[in-house]
Parts: sequence; C-alpha cells; structure tokens
Amino acid sequence: MIAPIRLSDVTVAYRRRPAVHHLSGTFAPGSMTAIVGPNGAGKTTLLRALIGELPLDQGRIDRGGIDPRDIAYLPQQAALDRTFPLACAEVVAMGHWGRIGAFRRITGAAAARVADALAAVGLDGFARRPLATLSAGQFQRVLFARMLLQDAPVVLLDEPFTAIDARTTADLMRVVTGWHGEGRTVIAVLHDLEMVRAHFPDALLLAREAIAWGPTGTALTSANLFRARMMAEAWDEDAAICTRGESRRAA
Amino acid sequence: MLLDPFLEFAFMRRALAGCLALSLSAPPLGVFLVLRRLSLIGDALGHAILPGVALAAALFGLSLVAMSAGGVLAGLAVALGAGLAARGTALREDASLAGFYLVALALGVAIVSASGGRIDLMALLFGAVLAVDDPALLFMAGTASVTLIMLAILWRPFVIETFDPGFLRAARGRGAVWHLGFLALVVLNLVAAFHALGTLMAVGLMMLPATAARFWAATLGGQVVVASVLAMLASAAGLALSFHADVPTGPAIVLTAGALWIVSLAAGREGSLLARVLRRPHYAG
Repeated sequence: MIAPIRLSDVTVAYRRRPAVHHLSGTFAPGSMTAIVGPNGAGKTTLLRALIGELPLDQGRIDRGGIDPRDIAYLPQQAALDRTFPLACAEVVAMGHWGRIGAFRRITGAAAARVADALAAVGLDGFARRPLATLSAGQFQRVLFARMLLQDAPVVLLDEPFTAIDARTTADLMRVVTGWHGEGRTVIAVLHDLEMVRAHFPDALLLAREAIAWGPTGTALTSANLFRARMMAEAWDEDAAICTRGESRRAA
Repeated sequence: MLLDPFLEFAFMRRALAGCLALSLSAPPLGVFLVLRRLSLIGDALGHAILPGVALAAALFGLSLVAMSAGGVLAGLAVALGAGLAARGTALREDASLAGFYLVALALGVAIVSASGGRIDLMALLFGAVLAVDDPALLFMAGTASVTLIMLAILWRPFVIETFDPGFLRAARGRGAVWHLGFLALVVLNLVAAFHALGTLMAVGLMMLPATAARFWAATLGGQVVVASVLAMLASAAGLALSFHADVPTGPAIVLTAGALWIVSLAAGREGSLLARVLRRPHYAG
C-alpha cells in the first residue's frame, strides 16, 4: 500500500517572492485531488515541487518512501515538438524507461503493453502513425498512453485538458478515473470547476496558500473562490520579509 | 575527368577517405541538433575550438595531437560552460552559446595574430586538403567509428532526451549526462573535421546535410541515413570542385552541401516548396 504524501510548511519562492507559501496538508493514499486556483496561484510550482524538481525554501515534503522518479508527471501542453519524426508507439514505449532504462531491450510483452496502452486511450491502430499527423487531442492521448505504461503509484497532471476537444477530454477523464479506481494517488491541476465537481472527490483551492483543502463540495464554495481571487491579485511591492516559521528556524 | 584528381594524387584520396568517414558520423549528430532546435550550437562549438587549436599551435607547433587536444578541450569547455550557464541561470542555451562563441572566435583570431606568421590563419579557418596526412586520416576514421558505436549504444536516451528532456528529468533519467555526452561527440567530430574543412567550415558538413534530410525522410532513422548520403555526395563533389577551381576544401564542400540543401528545400519529398505547390490527390479514407 502506498503512503500518504505529507506537506509541512512548504514554501517555494522565485526571486524571494513565494509562489507557494507555508502550505501544509496531506494527499491521502489513493485520493483524487483537483488543484484549483487563479493564475499565478502556485499550482504548477506545487506539482514541480512534488516531483522534486524545485528546491523548497522552507518546510518539507514527505512522500512516504515513494521515490520522486516513480511519480508520473504530465506537464502543461508541453513545449514538445509535435512534428518530431517519431511514431506513436515509439513515444508510448518511453513509458517503459523506469523498468528498462537506456540499455535493456523491449521484450515482446513490453511491446504488447504499448499496443494495449494505445488501445486504452482510443488510438487502436495508430502504432506506426507519425506524430506529425496527429491532432492536438490525439497527441495528448499518446502522452496519456505513455503515462499508462509508467504504471506509477502517484500521477500528477498539469491542466491536461486545456485546448483539448470534448470527446478526447471525456475519454481521457475515464483513464484518470481508472487510475483512481486502481488505488493510485491522482493530483490534477484543472480550471474547469464543473469537471472538478463531477469527478474529483477532493479539491485543494490554492492561492499561494491553501484557501481550502478537503472534500470538493466544502472546499469550492463561492466564498472560498472569491477569497482565492483576492489573494492572488494582491501583490505587495514592498512586502516585508515573512516571519512565519521564523521561530522554527531559530529553534 | 572529375575522378582524375582522386586517381592521380594520394593526398586527394586521403582527404576523400577522411571526409567520407566523417560523412557517416557528423550528419547524424546534426540531425539531432536540428531536432533540438540547436542548429546554431554546431557553429558555436566550431568557433569555440579555434582558440584551443590556435593556442596549441602557438605553443607546440603544427602538431596533430596538440592541436586536436587543444580543440577538444576548448570545445568541451564551451559546451560545458554554455550548458551550465543555461541550466543554472536565466539565460537560455542559445543565448549563452552566442556569448561564448563570439568571445572564443575573437580570442582565437587574436592568438593567431599574436603568434606572428607561424600559423596560417586561412588554413585553420577554411581547411587545406594537404593537412590530411596519415595521422589526421586515422584520427578522422577513428572519430567516425567511435561516434557510430556511441550512437548505436546511446540511441534511445539521445532520442528521448531530444524529444522530451522534461520526461527524462522527471524520471531521473540523468538528462544532463546524455546531453553533455552528445555535445562531446559533436566537439570530437568538429575537431576531426577541421583538418580538412577548417574550424569555420567543419560545421557545414554536420548541419547542411542534416537540414536537407528533413525534406526527404519522415522518420528519424531515415533522416539520419539521408543526411549521411548527402554528406558523402557533398564531400566527393566538393573535393573535386576544390581541386579544379582552386578553392579551399572547406568552402568547396560546404558550397556543394549548400547546393544539395537548396535543391532539397525546393524539391524534396516532405514539405518542400515543390511538395507544397504540387498537391497530390487525396485518398478516399
């Protein structure tokens, strides 16, 4: 059984401006949490801190013994070159990296799992299609198929459905719910509140700090959403140095 | 008639053999650079080896070992420095490379000038067919072999690191190690090529066939093969042109490769100007 991911007093700053500020809380094992918040609320920053890509200014993240490399992470509509001369199956097969690394060979069974993953995201028969011929939605399906192969206990998604058509969104949402059903911990940054309310049991409303964190119904009240917007828009040029956590550092 | 110089002169055969060997190894590296949108990194590293080569020549004379070692060291230093500057600071990799290579080129020319007339700046920059003696030929062939073996072994991490560096970083795939290893191969190939083509022109054999290959093949493997074939054509035709027209080898080979590139741009199979004009009828489904 996988352990919870505990954040205690996590602060991540760019040029000393906190993007995530004194955040504490727990992602329960097997939970499915939507991270919601206005632009600049620190949502992406939090995900990158969770996979250990950003150093913490303060606080700590206890991943309960999960190696950060075992966390699957899908960045925002990436800077990936969609005309890159690779076939769909070759991209999906990258999901095997954690098991075979740079040098071990792809066995017949591993190749079969690539085909299964493509079928699971509705791209049956696309194995040899060049990436350049795919639509944005199909490209996102390929990246989801790659995540399926990663077989990760924790899955992080950063705005996976932005600029994706409705049908693809519905199909891929089923994949995400499937991960939840298999007991994986799912954390997704999303903008569509309807979708969050419909599919995500838990929500973290983030505006640099946690405005609310808990069951979606109680976290995403209109009062909380309004507070989040106010918090994110406040930007104090002359902010003093934050003293929270100061006592701990002195101790 | 075109083959005469190769039949007649051993130094032409040596230059041809060396250039054909490097045609097998340098263009595949160029294909990866094009895909990484780092086409200019070859230029940068090509310029970067100049001060190393010039300093070694000033200190130890025109010795192959000293000049090659100096070139490799200087190239690696700039590749490392630019890589670190890109990963560790806000400056993007292309911008930091531009900074490094301008400094390196100026430094190289300054060293050559300061050492008086002992070094032939023109030969250093643009290559000389007579510079390909037996040791240089062995160095070029050795570099080609090492590069091909490394490409075969490291193909998978190179492809993934080129397509999606963030994926390898997140999966702790040691992205930086592969990238620096790749740049080391680029430097090695540029140093091996400079004897025949000169430091300014060596990069042409790497990049022009690679950019041209994009117009002929839709798969990565196909592009690599096409790039090598085009480079071999350019090497042979360029050396002949150099002999008959009395042009330095570097510019002659690069001009030939450039002509092939323009033909590909105009009339290649994939996304060239001609392919865009001549729309073939579509399939039923």
